[in-house]
Amino acid sequence: MTDFFAMHGYAAYVWPSYALFAVVLLADALAPVFARRRALRDIAARLRRAASRKPS
Amino acid sequence: MNPLVLWFHKLGSPPYFYRFAGKWLPWLYALALIAGVVGFYGALFTAPADYQQGDSFRIMYVHVPCAWMGLFAYLFMAANGFVGLVWRIKLSETLAMASAPVGAAFTFITLVTGSLWGKPTWGTWWTWDARLTSELVLLFLYFGVIGLYHAIEDRRQAARAAAFLALIGIVNLPIVHYSVIWWNTLHQAQTVSLVGPSKIAPSMLWPLLVLAFATHAYFFASVLARSRVALLELESGKDWVRALLHAAETLHD
Repeated sequence: MTDFFAMHGYAAYVWPSYALFAVVLLADALAPVFARRRALRDIAARLRRAASRKPS
Repeated sequence: MNPLVLWFHKLGSPPYFYRFAGKWLPWLYALALIAGVVGFYGALFTAPADYQQGDSFRIMYVHVPCAWMGLFAYLFMAANGFVGLVWRIKLSETLAMASAPVGAAFTFITLVTGSLWGKPTWGTWWTWDARLTSELVLLFLYFGVIGLYHAIEDRRQAARAAAFLALIGIVNLPIVHYSVIWWNTLHQAQTVSLVGPSKIAPSMLWPLLVLAFATHAYFFASVLARSRVALLELESGKDWVRALLHAAETLHD
């Protein structure tokens, strides 16, 4: 097991590569989730403003 | 009209695409995750260490799929940009702009992992040779497309200007791909080929192919998710977005 984590001396190069892959793609996957939430909130606020401006 | 063409026309309508993408998203993410886990299991546990590079060659399993995706995402972006420019299809412009940040992310991973692989194998983090330099230019092209898209106020005009830049940048793709053949470079030549046999042992190859599949599935998932948000913003005044928000609000009440 220690051998596995040591990657026979290449641990300092192998693990950062895998970690970078995971971190960058996780950030990329979360970006649209937050963007969608923000967009829906903004559009809802705009619609509410428009509705209050001309009471029906 | 033939049913496939008809479906394509329907897909181009934002509300239809929004629902279609929403239905497919969870499946694409699941597919990417499962293939990713299987691929990384093969990459780290079943593939034997390389006889020359030892365990450092395992960096290949993140580096190579990401490098392929960097090129694939660019092609996808440019093709959609072309369709958007010629036929003014809103969805194509949206898809083109949604693929830019994902392609940039993959290209960034390619450059950094390449550097991490270069240090133990070549003895240097970076060298200005053909493959490395053209890959860096690819990243800058993505930055150019993203920057131009955000610099122009009108979303559709911005998308068309950025798509035009993306089309010009296509000249860099063959340079990246053939750089290891055209010039003497530190970078090793291609070992996996779509045409003809690959020069790599099957036990080392299958995790690479599974990971290539995983990154493709992930790319499409991310592009669909980003396109959905872009369409919401682009069409915020339209009835279908209002209906969507109204349905969401009554659900919460």
